[in-house]
Amino acid sequence: MLRTNLVLLLVVVACALGAVASNHRARKLFMDLEREQNRAKELEVEWGQLQLEQSTWAAHARVERIARDKLGMRTPVPGQILVLEAGGNPAGPAQGARP
Amino acid sequence: MKLSHSPLLAQNLPAGRSRFMLFLLMAGFAALLVRSLYLQGVNTDFLQQKGESRYSRVLELSATRGRVVDRNGDVLAVSTPVKSVWALPEDARLTPAQAREAARVLEMDVRELNRRLGSEKDFVFVKRQVAPEVADRVAALGLPGIHLQKEYRRYYPAGDVTAHVLGFTGVDDKGQEGIELALEPILAGKPGSRRVIRDRRGQIVEDVESIKAPQDGRDTVLAIDAKVQYLAYAQLRQAVSDHRAKAGAVVVLDAKTGEVLALVNLPTYNPNNREKLSGAQLRNRVFTDTFEPGSTFKPFTAALALEKGKVRFDTPVQTAPGRLSIGSATIHDAHPHGVLTVAQVIQKSSNVGAAKLALSMTPDEMWQMFDSLGFGSPLRLGFPGEVGGRLRPAKSWRPIEQATMSYGHGISVTLMQLARGYMAFARDGDLLPLSLTRLDAPPPAGKPVFSAQTAREVRAMLEMAVQPGGTAPKAQIPGYRVAGKTGTAHKLDGGSYADKYVASFVGFAPASDPRLIVAVMIDEPSAGKYYGGEVAAPVFAQVMGGALRSLGVAPDAPLRPLLVARNEPPAKEEM
Repeated sequence: MLRTNLVLLLVVVACALGAVASNHRARKLFMDLEREQNRAKELEVEWGQLQLEQSTWAAHARVERIARDKLGMRTPVPGQILVLEAGGNPAGPAQGARP
Repeated sequence: MKLSHSPLLAQNLPAGRSRFMLFLLMAGFAALLVRSLYLQGVNTDFLQQKGESRYSRVLELSATRGRVVDRNGDVLAVSTPVKSVWALPEDARLTPAQAREAARVLEMDVRELNRRLGSEKDFVFVKRQVAPEVADRVAALGLPGIHLQKEYRRYYPAGDVTAHVLGFTGVDDKGQEGIELALEPILAGKPGSRRVIRDRRGQIVEDVESIKAPQDGRDTVLAIDAKVQYLAYAQLRQAVSDHRAKAGAVVVLDAKTGEVLALVNLPTYNPNNREKLSGAQLRNRVFTDTFEPGSTFKPFTAALALEKGKVRFDTPVQTAPGRLSIGSATIHDAHPHGVLTVAQVIQKSSNVGAAKLALSMTPDEMWQMFDSLGFGSPLRLGFPGEVGGRLRPAKSWRPIEQATMSYGHGISVTLMQLARGYMAFARDGDLLPLSLTRLDAPPPAGKPVFSAQTAREVRAMLEMAVQPGGTAPKAQIPGYRVAGKTGTAHKLDGGSYADKYVASFVGFAPASDPRLIVAVMIDEPSAGKYYGGEVAAPVFAQVMGGALRSLGVAPDAPLRPLLVARNEPPAKEEM
């Protein structure tokens, strides 16, 4: 009788410790999850900021300014445009095209 | 030693004493029992709550506002968190050195800072929406009574180019103008909250329940094409400054889908920095300002006359001697012409010709056409302050009014309505509803206004108007066939026509299969030129040409019509 009781007591203690341990583990994992979720949120914010930065750098006004002033590019005049058709043969005023 | 031998026990105590002790002990137990019953049973909810409040917290979960992107995915508006600096004036007792330091970091005046901190209120914002680096430095100063709060701020990378399309949000991240207001229900996020358990160190260890899940605002894809938008902005700005105009506006529509590809107003403003804003800058003229469209209205008159079978494309109309008297009023042509065909009436923009066409129809027929083209009633795109223009009921029209309306006087429209009206010509006579957001499904079936035959004939007339002999040869675009109509309207100033003009041009291209509609309006050009053909048409040509190229629309004309227009013999080459 006493022996059964002792065994049961041991089992109960072991179960209790197990419950404590798994609860602790669950909380630790939950904290990790929380951290990762925060990180995801931060990355989302950073992505937005990077998008913002990208569109600021790629603003059409800036691109045009650099193309015109720095790189000396300009819109081709009609005679310089060559229209290629899907077939492959150049059409349009090829003879009028200047180098 | 046995207890029974104790001399103490040998004494006989009075029985009442022990019973009294027993009673006291029992009473004590009973009191404990009642108390525990009271705590566990009656008062349990209150106590549970008190206990929970020691470790559980309700966290506010913020939701972000949706992004606005253009049709190609370029970001036009995005919210990003910033910090606001606030203070409890009661606690914020700064030494003069601290105040100076804080003012330096926040880039504000020390006196202003002290004034705010000296306020009687319990809570003041010191500075709202500062950059993250500034916020970090403020936190590093560790000033008493000064705190930081996370807020969202909206940024518009394209700045003044897209100002009127997008509008802006207030300091609380709620839409106040433009798309931001029109699409507020979609863009706005709904903040949520959840209950968690925190440990001693403030870390969240358990999620108890999610009270309300936060809902981020949905991203919105606009129909706007950022490239076309910029092109329209740059060209319009150039024209407005060249002609010293008071204002200007450009609208670009996709004739195939009814999407709004660009919408520009001048003067404009920088939505990222709205400190000095005037009403003129804020005005979204495309929707809120009506003007008398002038000659850009003549094609509608001609179309109705064709539709009703009153005339044919080449029916002669006598416009000599360039005057027409109706009652006591007289209509003039800028240059007198002789006998013109209906097509030439449009090409040369003859007021007399248009008036004669109008007088062959009943006011009711004209009113119905104007109404079915959408004039006189707002477009209801959700923009704040949208107006419908003025279209009086047909019963009240006098003959002179019917005549002047045929060439766009005595009626007022917005530029957006005018552009949409031309959609009937650019398509085969039907009108599509406009859309500010990108359509991913094919557009709904259009509402027919004219027959396809009429639309084709008016297209041909409008093409003549930009050719040599028309009013707007400057609207030509190398490589594309263009159709369009100029307008030069006197402005009403205090009830009478003043010496101020609105120059406009509405047209579409490629004329063989119209893809884009561009409408240009320039208000009070005052550098000498004021004709639509000279002021608005070049803007049209630049915007249309650039937009067609950037959308990759195949040219439908030889690439040298501009040279042809000068001296060379007409080129016969076809592509």
